Amino acid sequence: MKNLSKKILVAGLCVVSAFGLIAATGKKVITVKGSDTMVILAQRWAEQYMAKHPDVTVQVTGGGSGVGLSALINGTTDIADASRPIKGSEIEKIKTRFNALSYETKAAKDGITLYLNESNGVSEMTIAQIKAIYLGEITNWKDVGGEDAKIVLYGRENSSGTYVYFRDNVLDGKDYSSTMQSLPGTGAVVNAVVKDKLGIGYGGAAYAKGIKILKVKKDASSTAYEATPETIKSNLYPITRYLYMYTKAKPIGDVKDYIDWILSDEGQSIVTKVGYFPVK
Amino acid sequence: MTNSENTAPRAPRTKTRIRPFEFIAEKLLASIAFVSIFFIILILIFVFRESLPLVLGTATDDIGKVTLKRIFDLAWQPVSNTPQYGFLPLVVGSIKVTLVALGVAFPVAILAALFTSTFAPKWAKELMKPAIEILAGFPSVVIGFFALTVMASLFQTVFHLHYRLNAFTGGIALSLAVIPIVFTVAEDSINVLPKTMREASYALGATKWETSLFVLLPAATPGIFAAFLLGLGRAFGETMIVLMATGNAALLSPDIFEPVRTMSATIGAEMAEVVFGDAHYNMLFFIGVCLFVFSFSLNAIAELVIRQRLMKRFRGTA
Repeated sequence: MKNLSKKILVAGLCVVSAFGLIAATGKKVITVKGSDTMVILAQRWAEQYMAKHPDVTVQVTGGGSGVGLSALINGTTDIADASRPIKGSEIEKIKTRFNALSYETKAAKDGITLYLNESNGVSEMTIAQIKAIYLGEITNWKDVGGEDAKIVLYGRENSSGTYVYFRDNVLDGKDYSSTMQSLPGTGAVVNAVVKDKLGIGYGGAAYAKGIKILKVKKDASSTAYEATPETIKSNLYPITRYLYMYTKAKPIGDVKDYIDWILSDEGQSIVTKVGYFPVK
Repeated sequence: MTNSENTAPRAPRTKTRIRPFEFIAEKLLASIAFVSIFFIILILIFVFRESLPLVLGTATDDIGKVTLKRIFDLAWQPVSNTPQYGFLPLVVGSIKVTLVALGVAFPVAILAALFTSTFAPKWAKELMKPAIEILAGFPSVVIGFFALTVMASLFQTVFHLHYRLNAFTGGIALSLAVIPIVFTVAEDSINVLPKTMREASYALGATKWETSLFVLLPAATPGIFAAFLLGLGRAFGETMIVLMATGNAALLSPDIFEPVRTMSATIGAEMAEVVFGDAHYNMLFFIGVCLFVFSFSLNAIAELVIRQRLMKRFRGTA
């Protein structure tokens, strides 16, 4: 509780200073708060938008999806960025506070890629197999069609959003096997798999040299797909997530202009540059 | 002037003389000294205070109170739907890496110290001492990076290791940071031995080997013990090398060829993103306290040993 009240205090200060800024400059201010996964993307959007619209200031803060959504509920941010869908309880709170139905905008898409060493004979797996591997139930490559050798698991540090996403969506919320080696950053995971022929790793869609991208299929009977902009866009690749922007109600005025711009070709081209996938 | 200090009337006069510049300078230096002590104490209080909720049992997380029993779980899964804060795997990890590092560093450093102080010709000595001391000033992140990219692959092919990053590789890399410390302290403690000891040994017909192994080494034992403790403290507290080279998997196993997660690396990796005031946050500080207590007592023991040894020397063996 102490923590929450501190967050509210900080958020409050932000609002006060935002009003101060409006008074001082006469600029229109849009506040964006939330997901750390989206922070770089949100900042690129803001920079580009402000360069085109000098009369608008877009303020971007991270903190996490939950932090952004509680700021939206408290009325301290215009837009909440989230790398997960809004929860029912959060919709309820917005309803009782503002008598508004929250409004969801899918702003970008993200796909989690699985990396294998180039020399690995395995080229496709089902989600269930990936899950069993990361839970430590399958420990030998021969169980998934590879050579007879133990699997070496690589993953991200537990402070990473990808760590949490992968656990919640691929492992159904269960804990990773304790043999998983946690490395700082997707680059480190890719590097480790490049050098380890029995390794497997996961991360954002990075196309590094010396890496084999694992094709993933929903279940044993479906086709396996590689993570490409096309398969991610069309939901054929099974491990994808949307990156959302939430507003209290259907956006109007400056906020609407901003979100419309994000969904435009120009806004979506920034998505590709940052390394995520466009929604359209 | 030589007998002036014996004459009584002079003393009061110097006392009453005011030297404002000296007075200010002295107080300034004293306050700087106290400020640094003050800051250390503040840091200590902070670290202890942040770990307190855990010790008092008032820390809570998603699934309830974090009791002492949960701190002694067998798994470290702090970011989980059912968080587990068992720090035993981390302690085991630290111990494994430290044992490997010291197992390599201690004999190498002691032998090197014996060599430079007894056998080495002057030019070799003048080359070796600064070279090893430069190694001490090597940034640990550079050693870690070297271990991660070069040593790990090398050891994997040479020893046919299943895991590329493991306690063994991390320990060897860590020994590069420990060797200079053990070497410097051990070398000094051999060098300060009185020359007569060496000469007496030669005069009795002992060879260089016999002199160094059976005369100098036993005489320098307290210093070498202190070197051992300082090296141990460094190995236990080192963060960057182990963070990069050990694989960071919190396994509870005695195998040194498996990846490990050490206490220091855990703090280094997780502190940046932890929720402020959370049980996980308290736990990281608790690990910090453990590390602090351990290295503080090592340093204290080492200090005591050195002082005792010096006292003995001044009393008259020399």
